[in-house]
Amino acid sequence: MALSGLEIYKLLPKTNCKECGQPTCLAFAMKLAAKGAELSACPHVSEESKAALESAGAPPIRLVAIGSGDQKFEVGNETVMYRHEKTFYHQPGILVRVKDTQAADAVVVTVQQVQNYSVERVGINITLNGIAVENASGNAQTFAKCVELVRSKTDMPLVLMSQDPAAMEAALAAAGDSQPLIYSATAENWEAMAGLAKKFKAPLAVYAADGLGGLANLTDQITKAGVADLVLDPSAANVNSTLASLVQVRRHALRKNFRPLGYPVITFPSRLASTTEEETVIAAQHIARYSGVVVLDNFDPTLIYPLLTLRQNIYTDPQKPIQVKPDIYTFGDPGDKSPLLITTNFSLTYFTVAGEIEASGIPTWLLIADSEGMSVLTAWAAGKFDAEKIAKTVKTSGIADKIGHRKLVLPGFVAGMSGEVEEELPGWKIAVGPREAVDISPYLKGVWSPD
Amino acid sequence: MPVTVQTPVEKWNGAVREVTLGATKADGGTRGRTVTVGGSATLPFLHFEGAIPNRPVIAIQVQDIDPLDWSPTLRSAWGDVTKDVLKWAAKAVDLGADIIALNLRSAHPDSGNRGPEEIAETVKSVLGAVDLPLIIYGPGVPEKDNEVLVRAAEVAAGERVAIGLCEQNNYRTIVAACLANGHVAIARAPIDVNIQKQINILMSDMGLPLDRILMDPTTGALGYGLEYSFSVMERLRLSALQGDGMTQMPTICTIGDEAWRAKEAKVSQGVPEVWGDFAKRGVVWETITATTLLNAGADILVLRHPQAVENVRKAIDQLIA
Repeated sequence: MALSGLEIYKLLPKTNCKECGQPTCLAFAMKLAAKGAELSACPHVSEESKAALESAGAPPIRLVAIGSGDQKFEVGNETVMYRHEKTFYHQPGILVRVKDTQAADAVVVTVQQVQNYSVERVGINITLNGIAVENASGNAQTFAKCVELVRSKTDMPLVLMSQDPAAMEAALAAAGDSQPLIYSATAENWEAMAGLAKKFKAPLAVYAADGLGGLANLTDQITKAGVADLVLDPSAANVNSTLASLVQVRRHALRKNFRPLGYPVITFPSRLASTTEEETVIAAQHIARYSGVVVLDNFDPTLIYPLLTLRQNIYTDPQKPIQVKPDIYTFGDPGDKSPLLITTNFSLTYFTVAGEIEASGIPTWLLIADSEGMSVLTAWAAGKFDAEKIAKTVKTSGIADKIGHRKLVLPGFVAGMSGEVEEELPGWKIAVGPREAVDISPYLKGVWSPD
Repeated sequence: MPVTVQTPVEKWNGAVREVTLGATKADGGTRGRTVTVGGSATLPFLHFEGAIPNRPVIAIQVQDIDPLDWSPTLRSAWGDVTKDVLKWAAKAVDLGADIIALNLRSAHPDSGNRGPEEIAETVKSVLGAVDLPLIIYGPGVPEKDNEVLVRAAEVAAGERVAIGLCEQNNYRTIVAACLANGHVAIARAPIDVNIQKQINILMSDMGLPLDRILMDPTTGALGYGLEYSFSVMERLRLSALQGDGMTQMPTICTIGDEAWRAKEAKVSQGVPEVWGDFAKRGVVWETITATTLLNAGADILVLRHPQAVENVRKAIDQLIA
């Protein structure tokens, strides 16, 4: 929790020595609270106060980076329980697991599938985030060889899975300085694993078989041993107790600022599933409920695509829906007899409509009104896509100079206001298009005419 | 000194209201059993925090006219029964539906335009063919909804069916029909907490008891506004738990309608290869839309595909265990 200026003042020397550049300690405290100064400017602050101020200033859920280079991802630093309260900031990394007992070519195939998977949604390319390598063989050399193989094929972030510190050390050496996530420290091996995390500057995942109490005790010990970048595995015996753990970890961190559980979490949906379809359903629940790293056992595009879509949905800022610029958009090379459609600037609306117009192959003008990022029906209900707004968009866009006809196609959902739009736009004919974007192609091909 | 960790429980002043669908002989109906939903005194599936007396339930959607426009994935899964609503409903019962959701699509001006008397016969025969509680949806055109749903409510008198949709600018006729015949009304709002509350109030102001209202905050499918539904449902549930009586109705989501309108579920040609296998995609789309909203507080999920029904039932089993 951030401290107030007065709370900070109580921890300062109160000597008004001015060496920090401020006239008084209180003024310096106020600057600190407003993040306008650095504590290091005060040469006389005590070590205890320094520690207290630093920990008070730290985010309730630590931001942890996994991997290095361009493809690394960061998780944690979340501030709310519910996305409507603000937004969720750091979308979970979604990774696929390989085992060191698999044939080398099978491992390579999976790595390449994961690496190459990319799908565009609402103008954004969404991808998977990395590979987990499991030491299923129990052999350190086999593990290290498999990690080396994976590393030779991709720079994506890795999760290294073994509870044997010797095997982990060999794998970490094979992974170079790529800062893979070490999975995992347990009650039995945490000292050795903490040593490896320090040596290789890698983040460390922590698992305790005895629930959140055991987990908190472990992280407390590990942080005292000098490892700060932790990830929690709060998984429990079944789907519903794992959900409870996920919610409780988040509440401990955000509601109580409880440091030992103030870390992002990792989940393994397949442990709770008996089929790949079930794994997907559980993974979807973990994406919506606070998981920071989701490790899948299976790569199947049909199941990956909905998960990536869900992640994009849940991590969209509710205050700032993705928008496109209000403007005239062209498809193909439209001429003066080409159809003119209008819709709102909510990006999902735009990309859905644009995709269908493109698919129709009919050269088309598309006018985008500024609906403040709302979809057609929502914008209509909120008065952001009414007859007046549509008329204004048409008039200010300059579209009248580009086309020979005077016919505007409205989205089917707002058919009811075509009369009003006609009144606002004298000389224009208002046609009603389909309600669903998927029906645009048949409409353009079969129904539309400029007359 | 070991760190001690206490279970972080939040205190709530309210709970979701319980609503019962269906009436058995003892209550003046002919249903074989009733279904009670709602009652949760906590957020979805947080058993450590509060009572969850009833599990979420699945309504399987059937239609009184063969849905030729449905995705081939759905049509092949159901086969010939879609031609006969009675056979379709019976098969839905076999698949383990908790409720049958009967869509009176044939009353739509574009697909049959059947009148209230024909519709009344359909409703009577479905009530005769299956003994589960029913949800009855009109064709979604206000004038026709009012005309046919009033007759449907009359012939189903005493069966305590759920009837929809009531919307802000068209609810009086349907609420009156529910009041007169002992039914439950479904209040639909366009993904908006305030409008949802407003329509709930308007309906209860007509004298409809609060345990005879379900709310439908409008479902956005995965990739098509799911996050809006998710957040509106979370806000409604939080408001209910904080004690606002006008948001404490159980929630119903029309998952099938929305998920199967998504391009991913409908279109097999000319889409990116990375979308995967078309035959499976629609089912996954429906399943993930359903399970995500289940976690946001859905009490009744209206589904279409038999495999999605099985997937979602399994998810409910796991979450309620």
